[in-house]
Amino acid sequence: MFENPVMQGHKKFCLSKIGNPHFASRIPPIWEVRKQSWMIASTGSKDDFMTDTTTLTHLQRLEAESIHIMREVAAEADKPVMLYSIGKDSAVMLHLARKAFYPAPPPFPLMHVDTTWKFQDMYALREKAAQDAGMELIVHRNPEAEERGINPFDHGPLHTDMWKTEGLKQALDKYGFDAAFGGARRDEEKSRAKERIFSFRTATHGWDPKNQRPELWNLYNARKKKGESIRVFPLSNWTELDIWQYIMAENIEIVPLYFSAKRPTYEHEGGLFMADDIDRLEKVMGYRPEITERSIRFRTLGCFPLTGAVESEASTLQEVVQEMLLTTTSERQGRVIDKDAGDASMEKKKQEGYF
Amino acid sequence: MTDPIYQTDALIAEDIEAYLEQHQNKSMLRFITCGSVDDGKSTLIGRLLYDSKMIFEDQLAALENDSKKVGTQGQEIDFALLVDGLAAEREQGITIDVAYRFFSTEKRKFIVADCPGHEQYTRNMVTGASTADAAIILIDARKGVLVQTKRHSFLCHQLGIKNLVLAVNKMDLIDYDRKKFDAIVADYEHFAESIGIETFTAIPMSGLAGDNITTRSDNTPWYEGPVLIDHLEQIEVRSAANRDKAFRLPVQWVNRPNLDFRGFSGQIATGTVKPGDMLRSLPSGKTSKVKSVVVMPSAGAANQAAAEGHLEEAVAGQSITITLEDEIDCSRGDVLATADSPPEVADQFESTIVWMDDEPLVVGRAYWLKLGTQTVSVTVAHPKYEIDVNNPAGSGSHLASQTLHLNQIGVCEITTDKRIVFDPYAENRALGGFILIDKITNHTVGAGMLHFSLRRSQNVHWQATDITREHHAQMKNQTPRVLWFTGLSGSGKSTIANEVEKKLAIMNRHTFLLDGDNVRHGLNKDLGFTESDRIENIRRIGEVARLMTDAGLIVLTAFISPFRADRRLVRDMIDGGEFIEIHVDTPLEVAEARDVKGLYKKAREGKLKNFTGIDSPYEAPENPEIRVNTVEMTPEEAADYIISKILPLK
Repeated sequence: MFENPVMQGHKKFCLSKIGNPHFASRIPPIWEVRKQSWMIASTGSKDDFMTDTTTLTHLQRLEAESIHIMREVAAEADKPVMLYSIGKDSAVMLHLARKAFYPAPPPFPLMHVDTTWKFQDMYALREKAAQDAGMELIVHRNPEAEERGINPFDHGPLHTDMWKTEGLKQALDKYGFDAAFGGARRDEEKSRAKERIFSFRTATHGWDPKNQRPELWNLYNARKKKGESIRVFPLSNWTELDIWQYIMAENIEIVPLYFSAKRPTYEHEGGLFMADDIDRLEKVMGYRPEITERSIRFRTLGCFPLTGAVESEASTLQEVVQEMLLTTTSERQGRVIDKDAGDASMEKKKQEGYF
Repeated sequence: MTDPIYQTDALIAEDIEAYLEQHQNKSMLRFITCGSVDDGKSTLIGRLLYDSKMIFEDQLAALENDSKKVGTQGQEIDFALLVDGLAAEREQGITIDVAYRFFSTEKRKFIVADCPGHEQYTRNMVTGASTADAAIILIDARKGVLVQTKRHSFLCHQLGIKNLVLAVNKMDLIDYDRKKFDAIVADYEHFAESIGIETFTAIPMSGLAGDNITTRSDNTPWYEGPVLIDHLEQIEVRSAANRDKAFRLPVQWVNRPNLDFRGFSGQIATGTVKPGDMLRSLPSGKTSKVKSVVVMPSAGAANQAAAEGHLEEAVAGQSITITLEDEIDCSRGDVLATADSPPEVADQFESTIVWMDDEPLVVGRAYWLKLGTQTVSVTVAHPKYEIDVNNPAGSGSHLASQTLHLNQIGVCEITTDKRIVFDPYAENRALGGFILIDKITNHTVGAGMLHFSLRRSQNVHWQATDITREHHAQMKNQTPRVLWFTGLSGSGKSTIANEVEKKLAIMNRHTFLLDGDNVRHGLNKDLGFTESDRIENIRRIGEVARLMTDAGLIVLTAFISPFRADRRLVRDMIDGGEFIEIHVDTPLEVAEARDVKGLYKKAREGKLKNFTGIDSPYEAPENPEIRVNTVEMTPEEAADYIISKILPLK
């Protein structure tokens, strides 16, 4: 649909008038107050228009922005932490943090708010990634959820609420973190499109979408009262394709579950899931689901009983990206979490303190 | 429209490697869309997302569903629903905040800041414009150039956006009439000239019908200019233009993992840098050569050098870490710059300020100013004038103003408490754009653009005298102090201060008591009791107290000084540790019962307005150096207690 434009012979509706003497009463634009000569010099550059080979690519610009954000937080927050969900976005965020502070390790710990229901492959990469980065790894599990045996089958939305929302609040309070990096992107969901990069939370972790601080240029106001905290989203301006392209360009290690392989699967309420821990599944489901070996992979990763698999043969990064580009459903469809409260569910969750 | 066919680029299926290669090297353009809901702004963005295949089948199904339920287009798809995100906005059918959207074409990735158009959302528009390379100004073809068109254009121009697109929308509703289009363009051209806009590109289009958005429309055969997307693909991005300027790196972070490595990290604002370049660190002025531009070694690096962990050259827009040949003093807030073309350093400026908070600007109050990586205390003078954003070109565009309210824009002089490194905004957004932060609420209350430094700060140097403040203090055998007594009227400030001074005099200390009423008879007799006069009153007292500490004196002041921000202003003026805040803590009931001057009675009867404690708040100090409780202590006991606290300090 975006063919090359046929530009020959087009008359542009362009005006070019500099320093017309009869505008005596106009307001001088700021740059003309003192530096008129500069202005004139740089507007005459129509012919030496920069081609895209000398401009930073979109990935370079995104990387630079994310690194800038992370350094600002490290410099201005008292006790920052990086939330790490082990997914591909987290992997990119961690990689950017390593680049931002190289040769030093990032000056904050990694924290995983665990639900005990993640895939085994995720737990394995979690340990390795922290070690490779030279960062301390904090794992928090909500003790109350653990005690009550909260699971996705018996407890539905409560599972997310207690393990993730409450677990996160507990962990932030417990360690006294005043800034937490998260890997959310604005293209994921409508209410995130309007969230700031520095997003303030009250002492009770609430988010008020109508009372957000304006963010101008690359100037972030990280000042806050005691007890308040900031969630910082350095990947705000990345899209899913950007993430994949960057993983490819930078050779970033991600959980093997993103690539297709023969895996044990079962069907449940119309979805296809992986039997990552069949004994545990049997215990909470009350029966042993029928297992079929299928070639599957995952587009997003979360708790294994909540994360739908897709049948696929894409086993390399390029094939995964190809499949992603050819797919006709949006990214989060495989995950059950967004659907439980109608359209504005994510916004509601965030007001309650979910990341 | 009811039977959408989801098409994907053939290249994806045929040759994914070629496709990715092509997309790997795309550039990125950030633009804003200005206009109100009625101009079809959200519809235009929805159309761009839709036409560039950024909408998936499931989203489309949801959209069709929503369009029938709450849409404004009958059975047609209402694209506006795609972009009006927050639940409250959907209910009210308006766009309140800036929303960021993403789409890409073969050549570029685009980030769209969708900004609300009404005057009460000027701050949101300014926010969106601050990071934009280009702006699309929407006009409803039926209505032509309106007040809001002028406002939007003016704001974009103020923020330094050079690529303006005049999108004359809803051409379908005027039957694609060329004459009407030409008239609108001529009208706009006249206005644009008058405020100094040099170029713009006008495109006749229809967001709803899709004319001239991504494909040339058959409905406007008379139009020979570019269609919107083609034009956006050609606009020069700002980071490219920034490359040719002198090098500037605001230092964000000093990277010091061990004694052998000292790197300076930041995002290059302008210019390029490579090993061997001579740099100057501002404000110190020290110079050194670049040793290395350090990056994390990676297998996927573009060349050998990068794979080994250093870059041959870095350019504007990149976030980098550099090491220098020499150990020079340089920390966060400093700026590394081309040695022979450094930025200026100053502490007084003329600037344009956009006010963004519900509470108006308080002239004279100290705010935080953040510019680049520098954060300093700043005060703003009375605006020279406010700019009428609805009529920026007219002869009456400069309005007299005492302050700035939400969404108002003014030209003001500002004074920082420390010298800062800057470039005029027009030359360098990163070293000329700033935000203002309220010291108490921590809100971002304003944004500004520096024009130039004022000559007086360049030419009035501190007179270095031979007899220094240390000499003065030594001769008096004491350490200078400001004992700042604050408390309610009738709390006993003057009485206790008087006691303290008497005791210090007996101990041979050289003191001076500044009393509120006495100062108002002379030095400050020109000041009234408005908020800004009150702040000026405190400021002058602070300055006098500072001069007296330079003379080696222990200064005692007794003023109600009810506002934290005002006391903070003085604290920031006085050298570290010399300012001692003493809270004379007396409950309101007790002070009112004492009512030595009969003022509480008058205030209760409504004869005295803005009386602290009655109809104006007293903000008690949160962490005063000393607190005395006058219910439990007599004035004499309180004075002894204060002396016992300050004497160990000598």
